[in-house]
Amino acid sequence: MIYQGKQKIWSEYQKEIPDDKWFYVRSCIRQNFFPASERMFMEICRDILKKDFYETEHHTTCGGIAYHCDTIPQETAMTIVARQFALMTEAGYENYVASCITSFGNYTEILQTWEEFPELETRIREMLWKACRKEFNKPKYLAHASDLIYKYRNLIAEKAKFRLINKETGEPLRVVEHIGCHYAKMFPSKGVGGAEYPYVLAGMVEAWGGNVIDYPERRHCCGYGFRQYHVKANRGYSISNTHKKFESMEPYRPDMIITNCPGCPYFLDRWQYVIAEMEGKTYGKDGFGIPVFTYEEVAGLVLGYNPWDLGLQLHQVAVEPLLDKIGISYSPQEKYKGLDSKDIMRPGLPENLKCF
Amino acid sequence: MMDNIFGFKISPSSAINMDKVDRALFRELCRVEPDAARCMACGSCSATCPAAAFSGMSIRKVLLCLQRGREKEAFGMMSNCMLCGKCMMVCPRGINTRRIILAISSIYGKEEVK
Repeated sequence: MIYQGKQKIWSEYQKEIPDDKWFYVRSCIRQNFFPASERMFMEICRDILKKDFYETEHHTTCGGIAYHCDTIPQETAMTIVARQFALMTEAGYENYVASCITSFGNYTEILQTWEEFPELETRIREMLWKACRKEFNKPKYLAHASDLIYKYRNLIAEKAKFRLINKETGEPLRVVEHIGCHYAKMFPSKGVGGAEYPYVLAGMVEAWGGNVIDYPERRHCCGYGFRQYHVKANRGYSISNTHKKFESMEPYRPDMIITNCPGCPYFLDRWQYVIAEMEGKTYGKDGFGIPVFTYEEVAGLVLGYNPWDLGLQLHQVAVEPLLDKIGISYSPQEKYKGLDSKDIMRPGLPENLKCF
Repeated sequence: MMDNIFGFKISPSSAINMDKVDRALFRELCRVEPDAARCMACGSCSATCPAAAFSGMSIRKVLLCLQRGREKEAFGMMSNCMLCGKCMMVCPRGINTRRIILAISSIYGKEEVK
């Protein structure tokens, strides 16, 4: 890509990300969709990079889904978030890192609202005290978990066993990066690279050997959009958005998609099955789809983790063609074995989308 | 392919791929009537058009449709034009819209609009 114009302007949007001592909060849905991602994040940060990351079992949802579905007012979401900040304060941390993009957007929006309307913050403090006798300090730094992996990308690259390179041709893999809308579209200054050219995932892909591809609908929503999907009558909007993105990226022949949001990988992955069933169309080579990954899964792959320990068997689109391209070995027999070789059963295979 | 069991369907994208649009006739229009390229799409013509309220006629939209290769849509609107010339009187760029309408009919009329 030519480094010019808007891309150059957005590159000035950088944020300060402390190196260590983070209070980590998980997403309420990611562990169902991509079960190893958050565990992988903690393993990379704590065990491999030896950083201080703390999490507590008392953490709850941030209320973001209900807020964006218009089922709770912002004050309710604020009180929930205030409680999370109280947990951070009790644990003695000042830096807050969220696994979920919507949570990150929610926290950012709330902190900004308190900045603009301090009387609202006072009211929320009172409400929190009445509800659960807790007090809180606002985080000194707020980051999304992908900001941290972005910060550690070169450390991960140093320890990498594989690179995002086609082992047959020696060419870098063609990677589509998809950033969750709530990362920087609402508050461009809070994301690495701003709203239009976020560099957070592109930086990881480049550091790990891949080549980011640019395509017309690169910044388009994945299609989830909360009310687009949660209201069943609106699901046509959701899949139409996803379809538009795939039609736009198809001519650029991507090898894989990397995302940093809970909803995006799920919808980009699962809707490929629905598009294949509805229209008979698949976007990968030889009837396969384009595999979609979270950034933690990609980090785990380059670090040499077993793909099945990363939960890649739970993806709808088969990941094996990509593993073969990179040269990562895997056991097809072990694919549907869970923890301690427990049989997790084989799913029914789709008619039009090739899977194993 | 299985029957649609999902209860919803994919709507086609409204995006226009300009690489696939043949703009030869529009270029010819601009050669014959250079004013067609001077339109800044302010919409004064559409606001004043007596046919607009009941027929959807809009010379601004007609020009945009022709630029985007949507001739059928443009001709559907143009068939409601009465050539009254009000649009010409309000155009801030002084474009002779009536002549443009006639030129479009003459240039595009030669081709069968699909």
